[in-house]
Amino acid sequence: MGARSAFSADSQTMLDRTPSGTRDVLPDEMRELRALMDRIRAVFESAGYGEVSTPALEYERTFARESARVSSPYRLFDEHGNVLVLRSDMTVPIARMVGSRYPSAPTPLRFSYFAHSYRGVRPQRGQSREILQAGVELIGAPGPEGTVEALTVLCDALDAAGLENFRVGVGDVTLYPALLESLGVERDSRELILAELATGDFVGVEHELSRLPLDEEDAQLLLRVPRIRGGADVLQGLNGPLQQAGAGMRTLLNLLEPRTAERIIFDFGLMPSLGYYTGAVFQIYDPAYGMPIGGGGRYDDLLGDFGRPLPAAGFGLDVERLHIALRAEERGRV
Amino acid sequence: MSEAHRAQGLRIAVPRGALFEGTLDLLERLGIDTLQVRENDRKLLFEESGIITMRPSDVPTYVEAGAADLGITGKDVLMEQAEREVYELADLGYGRCLMVVASEAGEDPASDALRRLGVVRIATKYPRIASQHFLSTGRQAEIVEVKGSVELAPLTGLVDAIVDLTATGTTLRENNLVIREEISVCTARLIANPVADKLKADAIDALVTRIAN
Repeated sequence: MGARSAFSADSQTMLDRTPSGTRDVLPDEMRELRALMDRIRAVFESAGYGEVSTPALEYERTFARESARVSSPYRLFDEHGNVLVLRSDMTVPIARMVGSRYPSAPTPLRFSYFAHSYRGVRPQRGQSREILQAGVELIGAPGPEGTVEALTVLCDALDAAGLENFRVGVGDVTLYPALLESLGVERDSRELILAELATGDFVGVEHELSRLPLDEEDAQLLLRVPRIRGGADVLQGLNGPLQQAGAGMRTLLNLLEPRTAERIIFDFGLMPSLGYYTGAVFQIYDPAYGMPIGGGGRYDDLLGDFGRPLPAAGFGLDVERLHIALRAEERGRV
Repeated sequence: MSEAHRAQGLRIAVPRGALFEGTLDLLERLGIDTLQVRENDRKLLFEESGIITMRPSDVPTYVEAGAADLGITGKDVLMEQAEREVYELADLGYGRCLMVVASEAGEDPASDALRRLGVVRIATKYPRIASQHFLSTGRQAEIVEVKGSVELAPLTGLVDAIVDLTATGTTLRENNLVIREEISVCTARLIANPVADKLKADAIDALVTRIAN
C-alpha cells in the first residue's frame, strides 16, 4: 500500500480529508493508545475514581458560568433554537453533572474520564482541535489533603503509563496576584503584569514594573518571584510576603508520599490559562517532550455555580502528548 | 571538550544573519566555545558547544518544540510570531533596529491614499505587525506580503508605503524612502522553551545571571 499523491494526474476522485486539526487513528496507534489508557484506568479505578461519560455537546450557558467561562469556538443551534457548544474541557461538564445528578450525595465524590474535548486552533500550527484527555475530578475534598490525593493519583497514573522522567510543577494561582496587591500595585497594572506573565514574557513584566512607583526592593522581589522554581530547597528561607505561600507548599510536600514528593517541582510563576482555578495548580513536564503533557489544580468555586458549593481538585492528561513523550523516552534509551 | 564550554548541557539556537556576530560574542563572553561555529559557514549543528544555527525566524519554532532549550532572536521575529509558546527571558540589548512605516520622499503617498481612497496599501515582511499597527491607530490598511526587497514595492507603485525593520536607515535613503512613523524598537532577545525552563532551571538561571552582569 504505497502513499499516493493527492495531486497526481491519474487520481480519479478528489480525496476527502478530515478537518484541519483532526485526524484518523489507525489500528497500530489505536492499540498503543488503548493499552496506555488501560494502564491509567486501572490506577484511577483502584483509587476509587469511577469512570463517567458526558455528552460532547452541552448548552452554551453551562460553559458561561461565573467562575467557568471556558470559551468554546464551536457553537451550533439545535432544532429548537438553543445554542449548543462542543465541550472545551471535562471539568465543567462534570461539575454540571454533580450539581444535577448528585444534589445530596455524600462527599467526597470521585470521577474519572477518558474523553475528547475541543479547542480552537491557530492556522498552520499543526495543533489539534480534538484533544483526547484522561483525568480525574475529586469533589468535596478541600486542600491540602484533596490536593495531595489528586497529585498522588496523577503521579501513580504516569508511573503506570511507563513515563520515567516526568516532573509535576506545582504553583498557586493566588500567590502572585496577592503579592502584587500587598505591595500596592493598582488593579489595572496588576492585570497588565499578569497578562505578560501568562505569555511568559519576563522582559514585558520588567518593563511594566519599571513604570510603577515601587521601591527598588519590592520591584526586585516582584521580578524574582515568578522565576522561583525547583525542588524543596526553593521553599527554604522564604520570608515576608512569601512566608505564607512557602508554608502552604511545605505542608503539601510533607503530606506527600516520598514516591510522589520526588516528582514535584515548586513553581511560583505557574499561571495556567483556564480561569476557574482558585489555589494550587499543576503542570506536567517530561524532558523528552517540549510542551506540557497535562495540567490541573484546585477549583473551589466552580461547583457552587452548579448548585453544590464544594471544594474540588482534578487534573487532565493529554493522552496523545503522553504517547509522544513515551515514544521519545523509549527512543532516547536505545 | 569540558562541560563548562557546553553551557551546562543546554542546546542554544543561534540566528545567522545580522545578529550572528553579536550573539557569538555574547556566548564567548559566557565561556561557550564559538571558534568552530565561526570557522564553519555551512555546518549547522555543533554538538560540542551545544549551538545550532538557523535563520532568525526559525529560532522560535525550534525553541517552542523543545528542539533547542534556549534561543536568541530579534524582538521583530517574536512580535510577528506572537502566538509561539516560548518564554522571553532577557533583552540582550544588541542588534538594535527600528520597526518603521516608510514611504517615498515628498508628500506622503500613504496619507494621500488614506484621505482619498480610505485605505492604504502596505508592503511588508511583517504582515502581523503591520496590520496590528494600522488597526490600533484606526486606519484601514491592505497588507501585501513580500519575501524579498520591500523597498522596491513603493517605487514601482505596488503599494503606498512599507513596514520594515531598519538599523541605520541607509537602504531606505538610497531608495528615496523616508521614515514616517516609528512602530517599535527591536533588540535581540533570549527565549526559552517553557518545559526546559522548569526542568533545567539551574543551568538557565546561571546563564541569565551571567548575561545580566
